[in-house]
Amino acid sequence: MRRHTLSVLVENKPGVLARVSSLFSRRGFNIHSLAVGPTESPAVSRMTIVVVVEDSEMEQVTKQLNKLVNVLKIVELDEDASVQRELLLLKLKTDLTSRAQIQTIVEMFRARIVDVTPDSLMVQAVGTSDKLEALVRMLEPFGVRELVQSGLVALGRGPRSITSVTRGGD
Amino acid sequence: MQPTATPVPPSRAHVIPHAPAPTAQDVPGERLTGAQVVVRTLEELGVDIVFGIPGGAVLPLYDPLLDSTKVRHILVRHEQGAGHAAEGYAQATGRVGVCIATSGPGATNLVTPLADAHMDSVPMVAITGQVGRALLGTDGFQEADICGITMPVTKHNFLVTDPDDIAATIAAAFHIASTGRPGPVLVDIPKDVQQLETTWRWPVQLALPGYRPTARPHSGQIATAASAILGARRPVFYVGGGIIKSGAHEELRTLVEMTGIPVVTTLMGRGAFPDSHVQHLGMPGMHGTVAAVGALQKADLLIALGTRFDDRVTGQLSTFAPHAAVIHADIDPAEISKNRVADVPIVGDAKDVITDLIDAVNAEHERGVVADLTAWWAELDGLRETFPLGYDEPDDGTLAPQYVISRIGAIAGPDAIYLAGVGQHQMWAAQFIKYEHPRTWINSGGLGTMGFAVPAAMGAKAGMPDSVVWAIDGDGCFQMTNQELATCAIEGIPVKIAVINNGNLGMVRQWQTLFYGERYSSTDLGTHKYHIPDFVMLAESMGCAGLRCESKEDVDRVIEQAMAINDRPVVIDFIVGKDAQVWPMVAAGTGNDQIMAARGIRPLFDDE
Repeated sequence: MRRHTLSVLVENKPGVLARVSSLFSRRGFNIHSLAVGPTESPAVSRMTIVVVVEDSEMEQVTKQLNKLVNVLKIVELDEDASVQRELLLLKLKTDLTSRAQIQTIVEMFRARIVDVTPDSLMVQAVGTSDKLEALVRMLEPFGVRELVQSGLVALGRGPRSITSVTRGGD
Repeated sequence: MQPTATPVPPSRAHVIPHAPAPTAQDVPGERLTGAQVVVRTLEELGVDIVFGIPGGAVLPLYDPLLDSTKVRHILVRHEQGAGHAAEGYAQATGRVGVCIATSGPGATNLVTPLADAHMDSVPMVAITGQVGRALLGTDGFQEADICGITMPVTKHNFLVTDPDDIAATIAAAFHIASTGRPGPVLVDIPKDVQQLETTWRWPVQLALPGYRPTARPHSGQIATAASAILGARRPVFYVGGGIIKSGAHEELRTLVEMTGIPVVTTLMGRGAFPDSHVQHLGMPGMHGTVAAVGALQKADLLIALGTRFDDRVTGQLSTFAPHAAVIHADIDPAEISKNRVADVPIVGDAKDVITDLIDAVNAEHERGVVADLTAWWAELDGLRETFPLGYDEPDDGTLAPQYVISRIGAIAGPDAIYLAGVGQHQMWAAQFIKYEHPRTWINSGGLGTMGFAVPAAMGAKAGMPDSVVWAIDGDGCFQMTNQELATCAIEGIPVKIAVINNGNLGMVRQWQTLFYGERYSSTDLGTHKYHIPDFVMLAESMGCAGLRCESKEDVDRVIEQAMAINDRPVVIDFIVGKDAQVWPMVAAGTGNDQIMAARGIRPLFDDE
């Protein structure tokens, strides 16, 4: 079993997310994370899907996705040839002594404190899953009150684009 | 959200009193209601028959339908019947079958036929009414999220929320249903969208940027396939329903005859290659012939065309055709290497693939490459002679169902269209009727839908009124959907139904006999014990001729009698024994090498 990151361009229409996610569940493909958002073209949305499957199964995943009428294009992004990021927000209990220690850790991870109250603060961090996992491990001893993490988004490195549209910039 | 439209006043609905003249005469910018656009679009697409039942949310659509002289609406008795009729129509004619239902329960009753059409790649469009847009998502009366419900069992579906989109959406539905790997498409139209006015525009532009249904076969793969075909010592053509859907049966015959290679036709592929042809070994799979199953098991090359390595063909996948390399050509790339890894994958329409293969094989022949299959044929002929399809007359003196079915095939002949439900009678109909032409055998293969036969026969006969249409049904299946006989009688669709009445859910009973220690849990239907229902009286009550046959001597006479009745449907109640079994058989979960020609006889077992 291996992690694969797929960038899937889909028509920006109602129900497309349901079509994709129900395909994965009924065919028994294991989704690790799924993120959807707008793209440079208003008619197109981009899904970034991380699946954990055997390599032989991967062929079925892309072939079945390609059969969906609303799916325009599928590209597998290699981990080394792409930038892959997740966003983490995390709320910690704090007091006068712990706040400084937390600040040091946050700086080490190039994360940011985005909300503070006398007895809590919120940390925002962007990075790969590994980096965010390490950050959480470091902050856990202070008492994590709440944590939320986005799905992974990714873009291939270099000047090439998986779409033909360029927005702005002439 | 746009305001809900007021109902269309009757005068407005009659602006287009009769079927419109061809497009050229249409006034550009003519104002029509959404419902009128639906009917006009169906007419433009060449639809001649639709099957359906009206209800609250499709009332607007049924109003202009009344005036259409091009589209005939056949009022069925259950929406499931409409769906299977559309399937039968589609498979008999090769055109898209159409059914209509109202929202909620009307639409959910279409789920089984949609799933059936999805499994068997049947081109079909279902149009459903939906509650008005203001009620969507509020659990309104007769509301069901039919797009959500049918998403996994349709090729695609649409919810139309703007009357301006109706024509293009229905045109897209027909395009998707009938191209590439065919399948069912559902179009859900809220009631107010049917009522609102829009501007009629035709022809329409299809906006389907993500739908690319066909690819030309790769020439390099074709060349590789051709040299593999001529290099093999023990090759087999393993062909399925894709040949029939693509209309490639003549090309197939050319390729088969020029290579001299044996052919097996799957349940969905029966009729793709003539049964009378010397190179035809019959049907493979769980109830296939020993020769067909044996050929696949002993082959060194499978040439799989328009077929999908279904579990009923392969048995235990790990022991299926263990020595064979695989050429797999299919129009759906996702079928290739899904179950069995293909050594030579070819994506393309069967007709294109076979045409290209004929050229490539010809080229090899010209270079002097010819395969010698003498030894292979000697082995297969041995299997075929030692283990022909057959059956024993029942010890208890009852009528043999296999005899009845083979006599229907012999008397009605290869030009008739045969349909079946699901179970023993279906397997016997696949085994003991000899198919010579494509589209003469229609059944529920993938989904295995009991109750398919009667409504599908209605659809087939409606689409092919000059053909004799026989439904071979079981007494279990028949009791699921026989209400459509009333439709057939009233609408003038004279189908012939042979109820193979063994009083039991026969296939389940066979498994209970073989695998559950003869403990017959809930398989006796009482049709013998209590004569409930009396199928003759039931048929007569629905405007059909009802006949009964209980002895071998009467079989031909009763079939001839049914053949002579063409002014109304005929039902024959064939009272047959309950202990007849379908053989050969590969028991579920075992490998094909374990095929039993009859109980306890394993022809291939000692060979390996």
